[in-house]
Amino acid sequence: MDGRFDSGGGVTTISGMPRLLDQTFQGLGVAVDEREARLQLRRQIARLEAELSGLFGEAFGHTEVPHRIDSIAGAPRVLDLGELEVIRDRLADRVAEARAALVERARVEDENRRLVERMLEAPQDFKWVQVSRQDLGLHGCGHWHSRPRLGPIGMLMGWWRVKVSSGCPLAGRLAAVEHEVPARQAEHAATRKAGRCT
Amino acid sequence: MPAGAADKRMGWVPAPQQGWVAPHIASEFPGLGIAWVEVDAKPGRSPEPVRHRLRDLSDRTYGSQAIRLRERPIPWAYRVFFRQIGLDPDRTRTPVEQLTLDRLHDGGFRSHGLPTDALNVAIVETGVALRAFDAEAIEGRLCIRDTAPGESLAGQTVEMAKGTLTIADESRPVAMLFGPAADGLEVDKRTRRIVIAAVQVKGVPQIAVEEALWMAASTLEAA
Repeated sequence: MDGRFDSGGGVTTISGMPRLLDQTFQGLGVAVDEREARLQLRRQIARLEAELSGLFGEAFGHTEVPHRIDSIAGAPRVLDLGELEVIRDRLADRVAEARAALVERARVEDENRRLVERMLEAPQDFKWVQVSRQDLGLHGCGHWHSRPRLGPIGMLMGWWRVKVSSGCPLAGRLAAVEHEVPARQAEHAATRKAGRCT
Repeated sequence: MPAGAADKRMGWVPAPQQGWVAPHIASEFPGLGIAWVEVDAKPGRSPEPVRHRLRDLSDRTYGSQAIRLRERPIPWAYRVFFRQIGLDPDRTRTPVEQLTLDRLHDGGFRSHGLPTDALNVAIVETGVALRAFDAEAIEGRLCIRDTAPGESLAGQTVEMAKGTLTIADESRPVAMLFGPAADGLEVDKRTRRIVIAAVQVKGVPQIAVEEALWMAASTLEAA
């Protein structure tokens, strides 16, 4: 996008501004030093990059935010005013998109939070609905699941409840399973071998 | 005890030398600089203490840190500089981000022998961008400048576009800035002295540059 955000959030198009400046000032016999403008743009790029990095870190694991900007040059070089403006504008776009993605994600998580509250109040109105901790933006495993008590009997009687899962498997239990499987396999192999022998 | 041996035991390394930046480049990028140290070194397999240190670094580097890396001041400063010179830091990675990504991909920092391991330890610990050259092939002081028309890196047939930022010595470009080095400048088996160069950008404190150079040089000297 070839433009600049004004303080009111609108966009003032400055397409071709460097050329315009050149033409205007050349007519007056005044040399234009663009260096200060380039320095200012580099400062803006630095600020936007910091903002985008923060949003990227904040969103990671919750939602994907657009953060890629194609390179302007094939090799490192001093960019001119127009190229710096392009990078600045693309960064500003990414920041705006990332913010919007985070706001949208927060809205979805709030809705899911309210859904869980309603599920807890009236489980029979949300039969078989399952909401995970991830859906609420929480870390770890686990979910809220509306299920009937006593299986088919509960279904027939309308006895519904929200079951909260116990979370992630404990490391100790996982380790026990890992040890248990080879031990069982060895035991089965020994049994088969013994069976063949007899 | 000979003085040299005592110095080595104390982890002494020569003071960094400061290179220069072409004035018109320096005026565009305040804070850009290059510093280097020259050390005796024998490229080859890394000794056990260096490999142990890489393993230790691997244990201290997690995925969550990799995500938050770009928010830390020094890696952020390099990302910003990459943007300002037209590179996409998500495609052409900054040195510390590339190493961190490799760590996640490979499950640990792999040993690539010296001097690469020494540089990698210093880059990961400090975030400062370092690279090594064969000292015998460097003529005079190092600098950062843009290329003149018709200049190219030794060994490459395609000439670099005018204005490409390079690390150069007093006679020719030795490497593209954050890019490939010229033929004959890379460290190989025959190298006996190594120049370790640090590229400083705005936002990277001088003390971090000196620490990175000291860390890499002392690792090489001790090996």
